Amino acid sequence: MNFDDTAQEAAFRETARKWIAANAPKEFEQELSKSSLGRIRLAKHDMVEVGKAWQKKKFEGNWACLHWPSEYGGRGATPIERVIWQQEEGVYGKLTQPFQIGEGMCGPTVMAWGSEDAKRRYLPKLASGEEIWCQLFSEPSAGSDVAGLRTRAEKKGDNWVVNGQKIWTSGAHYSDYGLLIARTDPNVPKHKGLTMFFLDMKSPGVEVRPIKQANGMQEFNEVYFTDVVIPDNQRLGAVGEGWSVSLTTLMNERMSIGARLATGVPEMFEFCSNLMLEDGPAIDDPAVRSKLASWAVKSSGLKYTSYRAISALSKGERPGPENSIGKLVSGMMLQDIATYAMDLQGAAGVLTGSDEETVQGQFQQMLLSSPSMRIAGGTDEILRNIIAERVLGLPGDIRVDKDVPYNKIPTKGR
Amino acid sequence: MNFDFSDDQKQLRDQARKFLTEKCSPKAVRVVLDGKAPYDKQLWKGLAEMGFLGVAIPEEFGGAGAGHLELCVIAEEMGRANAPVPFSSTVYLAAEALLIAGSDAQKKKWLPAIASGEAIGTLALFEGKGNPAPKNVKLTAANGVLNGVKKPVADGAIADFAVVAARTGSSGRESDISLFLVDLKAGGVEIKGLTNLDPTRGQAEITFKDYKAESLGAAGEGWSILTQVLDRAAVLCAFEQVGGADRALEMGRDYALDRIAFGRQIGSFQAIKHMLADMYVSATLARSNSYYGAWALSTNAAELPEAAAAARISATQAFQHCAKNNIQVHGGMGFTWEFDCHMYYRRANAMALGLGSLNYWEDQLIERMRKKNAA
Repeated sequence: MNFDDTAQEAAFRETARKWIAANAPKEFEQELSKSSLGRIRLAKHDMVEVGKAWQKKKFEGNWACLHWPSEYGGRGATPIERVIWQQEEGVYGKLTQPFQIGEGMCGPTVMAWGSEDAKRRYLPKLASGEEIWCQLFSEPSAGSDVAGLRTRAEKKGDNWVVNGQKIWTSGAHYSDYGLLIARTDPNVPKHKGLTMFFLDMKSPGVEVRPIKQANGMQEFNEVYFTDVVIPDNQRLGAVGEGWSVSLTTLMNERMSIGARLATGVPEMFEFCSNLMLEDGPAIDDPAVRSKLASWAVKSSGLKYTSYRAISALSKGERPGPENSIGKLVSGMMLQDIATYAMDLQGAAGVLTGSDEETVQGQFQQMLLSSPSMRIAGGTDEILRNIIAERVLGLPGDIRVDKDVPYNKIPTKGR
Repeated sequence: MNFDFSDDQKQLRDQARKFLTEKCSPKAVRVVLDGKAPYDKQLWKGLAEMGFLGVAIPEEFGGAGAGHLELCVIAEEMGRANAPVPFSSTVYLAAEALLIAGSDAQKKKWLPAIASGEAIGTLALFEGKGNPAPKNVKLTAANGVLNGVKKPVADGAIADFAVVAARTGSSGRESDISLFLVDLKAGGVEIKGLTNLDPTRGQAEITFKDYKAESLGAAGEGWSILTQVLDRAAVLCAFEQVGGADRALEMGRDYALDRIAFGRQIGSFQAIKHMLADMYVSATLARSNSYYGAWALSTNAAELPEAAAAARISATQAFQHCAKNNIQVHGGMGFTWEFDCHMYYRRANAMALGLGSLNYWEDQLIERMRKKNAA
């Protein structure tokens, strides 16, 4: 048992480290280190532009989309090399946010289901950051039950005509292409009438509107489709096979979103160390210690769970199912930590401005944002179902709509 | 990175599991649970023959001379089987105290006897309520003459010897505490068995009246030795707790698959599925924290105090959580004496107190993290 690299891994790490030292945009290092909890802010620059420049440099240096085959713009790296790269890329990895959906989900789907022409045309430009992709799956009436989606695609000659609405699309406003799942046959049960496409986001009839979220910010979009035309050669997989295709994408989603998770523990530890209560520092209070300790061991438990997965990769094995717990644990923990930090702040905890008492409102911000951590990329409930079914082998849910034609499924509860 | 047990260590785990499945069935555990024997003597003998009792004891003292990682994998299996033997008292506490502080003569006398199964050892630290702290040690030792009462002492009624924490000063500092080694079978001490939460591991009260004992380690070093012993035992117990948590989770899962209610397997209800998923989450966190503790223990790393506290907390929480919800998944049947659920519930909650309470270890963890951050 040790935490050391193998000789081969150490050599790879050294090469990566040298390249990063010579090429990373150091002028942003400080700002990037300070942006925590998934929120990236660059005071004087556009994050997407800075990100594109870094992605392009990485592509030219053969460091983009590491695990992809080299003919499609990757490096053909092993999973462990990808992990080492992420560790070395460090804070600059935050700049890759606009490309994560493309690299982690859309790209692999095109790779698995696209024609050779499509792969050669789209994947290298995705890898270089020249073209950004988004994912168009969720709908207002189809979140966890994404197979219940309503967006229609109808065949007209060699084209498909799309009408409907998608929601929670990260980066739709700066994306060039989108991966779209739509209903092509409403007369068969819901999983069987779906087809996957990709489309040019600048197509006529595509309208992107930002969503004002419950936390007051705008990070996601709604995308409306009005008679949008998609050529049939932009279909991925057979007509009616969209559900199987989407599983390629979603499998990758849970892996990639789980990669860099904030828990709130370091922030909370620092806050409790500095906060003075009536009887002394908060961290000396037994009740505070008890809570802090319980969160600390969850956080360390997640860290060492990922180390176990990395060790499996290092040996060339498939990691076990342990990593599926990451988002479930960290999402709830963020929310609990935010609530408790504010409780310690007492009356001032209600303030969300740049007040000294509330450390510039960082926990208030965390409180308002944390519900999304428990929903995006699989709700807590869906994740528990997945653990119960795939890890523990418990029966799947009884699906009353499984064999019912889609257009006969009730659409309202009352 | 190789943050995992080696193939040899995993093989040892399989070997231990196979042995315990055969020799330590729930039926065998129940002989002790029902009070028909103080511990499973046959099993104890078998563990000695397998070399498990002395796995971390050096060869020169009659052990296998393997190491703590090997002991961790065996500990996990002991917990999984709910073994009714004085393994933790003897191997994690008494043997480790001897290894850290024993003189050559003391090691030669007791360690081979532990490895061969001839001697059961324990640590006599607690005196009624309270957690490990120098101020809670009231038993006195004036010129090596012990006076006072230790209670509860795990496996005290069956132990051949005990490591006893005693007060040798009154300065209010840790250096007031010294350790002594007492041969409990030599007479002169009064030992009384106590009823306790987990009858598969006994507890006792030991009274010392003007008892002349030999020192273990230097005078005034007692607390520093104890702290090391408790940290090591915290990691080793964490593996027992992880084994117990996993078994409780498995029992719940199996029952949820077998039991039909409302015309369905109860494991098809989300209320049950989600409860079991949460048990899996806490068991996984505990396992990963314990692996880190194992690494720190086996390399004697500077991180051991923090790693041990984290493993202890995480494993205590997981075992309690899994044992409790295992009963809940079983419903009414889980509350019968006949079903095995309560054996794990008892063990989980007894283990949560054995080395100091959860609250004590939470306090320790934060103190240790703070020291590290300040350094």
